[in-house]
Amino acid sequence: MRALVIDDSAAMRNIISRSLATIGFDVVQAVHGRDGLDKLKAHGKPEVILVDWNMPEMNGYEFIKAVRAIEEWRDIPLMMVTTETETSQVVRALAAGANEYLMKPFTPEMLGEKLAILGVTMS
Amino acid sequence: MPIRPEDFSYVSKLVREASAIVLEAGKEYLVELRLQPIAQQAGLATLDKLVEKLKQDPTGPLHKRVIDAMTTNETSFFRDLHPFETLRKDVVPELIRKRADTRTLNFWCAAASSGQEPFSTMMMLRENFPELASWRVNYIATDLSRDMLARCREGKYGQFEVSRGLPAQLLVKYFDRRGTEWQIKEDIRKAVDFRELNLMKPWGPMPTMDIVFIRNVLIYFDVPTKRDILLRIHRLLAPDGYLFLGGAETTVNICEEFESQVIGRTTCYRPKQRVKV
Ligand SMILES: C[S@@+](CC[C@H](N)C(=O)[O-])C[C@H]1O[C@@H](n2cnc3c(N)ncnc32)[C@H](O)[C@@H]1O
Repeated sequence: MRALVIDDSAAMRNIISRSLATIGFDVVQAVHGRDGLDKLKAHGKPEVILVDWNMPEMNGYEFIKAVRAIEEWRDIPLMMVTTETETSQVVRALAAGANEYLMKPFTPEMLGEKLAILGVTMS
Repeated sequence: MPIRPEDFSYVSKLVREASAIVLEAGKEYLVELRLQPIAQQAGLATLDKLVEKLKQDPTGPLHKRVIDAMTTNETSFFRDLHPFETLRKDVVPELIRKRADTRTLNFWCAAASSGQEPFSTMMMLRENFPELASWRVNYIATDLSRDMLARCREGKYGQFEVSRGLPAQLLVKYFDRRGTEWQIKEDIRKAVDFRELNLMKPWGPMPTMDIVFIRNVLIYFDVPTKRDILLRIHRLLAPDGYLFLGGAETTVNICEEFESQVIGRTTCYRPKQRVKV
């Protein structure tokens, strides 16, 4: 199983990657949305994408719209992982094509439960 | 400061008599963790002072607070996920067919804690079974703890609580932001009848139940108490009803009036069908 983790903070990428590794994911990391699109092209479809919102170059919201515009990427389970906690932001992310939304800070347990909701792991 | 053995045994006895929860040796840390804040709030410097006070006034409000604090309330939305999947895919559709004549469904959640379990069920029903809008859906949710029931009735959750097990789609649809918290909408809150109920004591009048959730509470009780509670649930449950327990709980070797049935990825318990002679 492979996951693509996109966050401009190296510390956050590592926290998420470690949690994913313990439940059996190989993790590909990207530092912003554009890098994320490049990694998608280079590595092919992952089982799940986790993407931050606020990043330089291309933010997570634009990244989601770009991913969903491409037919073969439309069904990749995608979760936004962000410090944005306003209901209106959650609504926007879901409307753009995110399947789930996790607010920072979070525990590995919460991440696991969200992945189970996405159906990418067994609960 | 560590709790003295005699104080620990006093607290375990108190908790056991009030809630049936067994605090065996090794749980001293839990007692210290939970009771220190209560001692402080009561202006008592140490736990032995708190126990002394409890002994002086064996029925006072301090007892209720100690018992509340010692009965753990850990819960989350859609806990374990698969019981709710089984409800949605199998159990509720079947009961909707079987109850078409009365158009009534009775649910009981017997350890509601802060309300995530009953509210999860209500959201699942709203999302998947719009036809139930014209039915009588009675949802009784009970707990021993008054603090928990007050939280249930308010229906407010912090960021960590809404991050646990709650699909984002449901967060935006069924909750309103209130400052740093989220409050579940009033029509869902009002649809659940929250009542104080101690599983160890007589329960008072209850309707015949179609679905009973009693999850992650039997685990604290000793076997005779589990058996007594399960027998009383057996009497309350419709012959074709369903019982849901926590992942570490079972009726097997405790109450043989039930049989287990695996449905989807979850184990449900059903009243054994009596063979006619
Ligand atoms: C761990 S929570 C379970 C919550 C929920 N059912 C779940 O599975 O997530 C246990 C709850 O049982 C309640 N409880 C403990 N002893 C009880 C008793 N004797 N009668 C009724 N409720 C009790 C506690 O107050 C607590 O809210």
